[in-house]
Amino acid sequence: MARQLIDQFAAQLPEDRRASVYGGSKVGHEKRTKVLFDHFPDADRLRELAGEIKQHVVENLDTYLPKIEASLIAAGVKVHWAATAEAANKAVLDIMRARGATRMVKSKTMVSEETHLADYLQQNGIDCLETDLGEFIVQIDGDHPSHIVKPIIHKNRREIAQSFERHGLGAYDDDPQTITRRARRFLRKKYLEADVALTGGNFLVAESGRLVLVTNEGNSRFCLAATKTHIAMVGIEKILPRDRDLALLLNLLARSATAQQLTVYTEFIKGPRSSTQPDGPEEMHVILVDNGRTDVLESDCREILRCIRCGACLNVCPIYRQASGHAYRSVYPGPVGAVLSPLLAGKKFPELADLPKASSLCGACNEVCPVNIPIPDLLLRLRNKGKEEGAKIASAGTPPMGGWAVLATQPMLWKTAMMGGKILDVLPEKFVPVPAFRAWTDQRTLPGWRGGVFRKWMRTRETKPRQPTVGP
Amino acid sequence: MNDRDSILGRVRAALAPLKVRAPLPDWEREIVIMREARGNVDAWTLFATRMKAVNGTPLDTAPALVALLEKENAFVGYCDPALWPKLKPSFPATFTVETTFDRTRVDHYAFGITRAAAGIAETGTLVLKDASTSSRLAALAPWIHVAVLARDTLFHDLPEAVDALGEDANVIWCTGPSKTADVEGILIEGVHGPGLQVALLLD
Repeated sequence: MARQLIDQFAAQLPEDRRASVYGGSKVGHEKRTKVLFDHFPDADRLRELAGEIKQHVVENLDTYLPKIEASLIAAGVKVHWAATAEAANKAVLDIMRARGATRMVKSKTMVSEETHLADYLQQNGIDCLETDLGEFIVQIDGDHPSHIVKPIIHKNRREIAQSFERHGLGAYDDDPQTITRRARRFLRKKYLEADVALTGGNFLVAESGRLVLVTNEGNSRFCLAATKTHIAMVGIEKILPRDRDLALLLNLLARSATAQQLTVYTEFIKGPRSSTQPDGPEEMHVILVDNGRTDVLESDCREILRCIRCGACLNVCPIYRQASGHAYRSVYPGPVGAVLSPLLAGKKFPELADLPKASSLCGACNEVCPVNIPIPDLLLRLRNKGKEEGAKIASAGTPPMGGWAVLATQPMLWKTAMMGGKILDVLPEKFVPVPAFRAWTDQRTLPGWRGGVFRKWMRTRETKPRQPTVGP
Repeated sequence: MNDRDSILGRVRAALAPLKVRAPLPDWEREIVIMREARGNVDAWTLFATRMKAVNGTPLDTAPALVALLEKENAFVGYCDPALWPKLKPSFPATFTVETTFDRTRVDHYAFGITRAAAGIAETGTLVLKDASTSSRLAALAPWIHVAVLARDTLFHDLPEAVDALGEDANVIWCTGPSKTADVEGILIEGVHGPGLQVALLLD
């Protein structure tokens, strides 16, 4: 029985890397819980509502997409549609070529990670620079982000200081303040030299055509103050119906992502700059990107399209904490990634069909989700899909269940096994003559045997039904 | 078929089997008002308290601003030409203040003074709008940004501020100084934007 790929990855993860990821995600989660529940009398109600609003959008995309298109055009935005990653990248390149532009500064966007935009532009002679500190470090290292919100959660300051030294950003100094100041100095020149700013979009409001961006560092603000052209790449599921819904979603997003009441900068963009404003884009483009989302919409897991990319489910997930983001072999790691990545993969689903298995189904991801996505249910649906489509890696690490089925369907046999199980407490696991069992316990520690306890307890219970405690 | 038609076609096909579509819920703004904002304090006091909680610097007189700039050794800066006549009397001759922002010398300015369109009391947030910001860069590039705020523009909470977004092309909510925790989760202020965010109350 082969081990799951994600287990293999976790087993080989260097200890300091695991410590970075574990520490970073744990702190993020604990702060989030405190902030959300301290600030609001009924925080869970907010999550449910936000989930209902986003589910409504997902199930009515056929009306919301033309609506957002019309509102954007009315705000002076040029709207582009991209069915695939290639189409999205090409749309960006075409806009740049039409402007004679060669230099781009880029704010953090997950959808451009999906399309590998930076590589594509570099290959086409465009200078494309990440400006979010974490993404900048990932870029100069030729690495990939390992978290949706904290891209370098897997790195420590020594590694970062070394890469800064390698790239001529200053002699080795691992003080986080020095690292940040050096990036500040280097990047501000680049903003002012650039022709085009590329951003993602956290929300697009259908009624007003507003694009909403949230950042803490101010890099997207700088992009939009220094350049003449703004291109936003946005997934088609990012729509909100009304401006007023922003008050709910913004309250949830920052608290879920980084335990802040609001991110430092929340930008509401409605077309190119005002006529009286000297700085900022004269031209604004929005590229509405599908890249597999309509496949997800068609599937029985469309609830995952509610996701607002806060990363809370990563922070709370025991598997993510042990394995780190790169273990998921895709742009979106953690519980959300275990659902979204295989679905976005389209025909390549079998290559990622093991990801839904990387979960103990503990349900913590559902509990923290600001849009209340039933992630454990979706994981089960995808396990089923993997099984039905015969994806081999979906069954890696799963012991054959035939013997179990025989045992569990014959009461007498079951009873005997329950009593006999006690022998497991004294018999070392490696002596159990079932190879599948040995492989399974190889990675797990079993608790003491308690077989039969429930049956004994049942016999002592009274048989009459309990009186209802609450009257009508 | 172009990408627009193919995406919309696929969306319609994917949704066609749904017999019932999820309805759009309505919700009461009351549920998103923060506990801290439920007391009976005036808007500026609440704003100042909440702004300090996010490491912002609320000030309520021009001399207090001058004292802060002197302490920070910030003697060269930019000021919105419409605001400067009001502030100039408080600034001693040791200061050099320009009323045009030269983008070729962004690091020349230690501070930038521009107008805030509004503030949000419950979060200590400044609202900047394109129409009332004399230069986006001047409000962003200098280490110190001073946003000049009028008392009667303060909103109590987020839903009020959302309702007032209006038609402006660029509205920015600033909640404290620019920051990051990308390196080992350690909080550092002043990444690309201001390391010191000041709100100056000027009625």
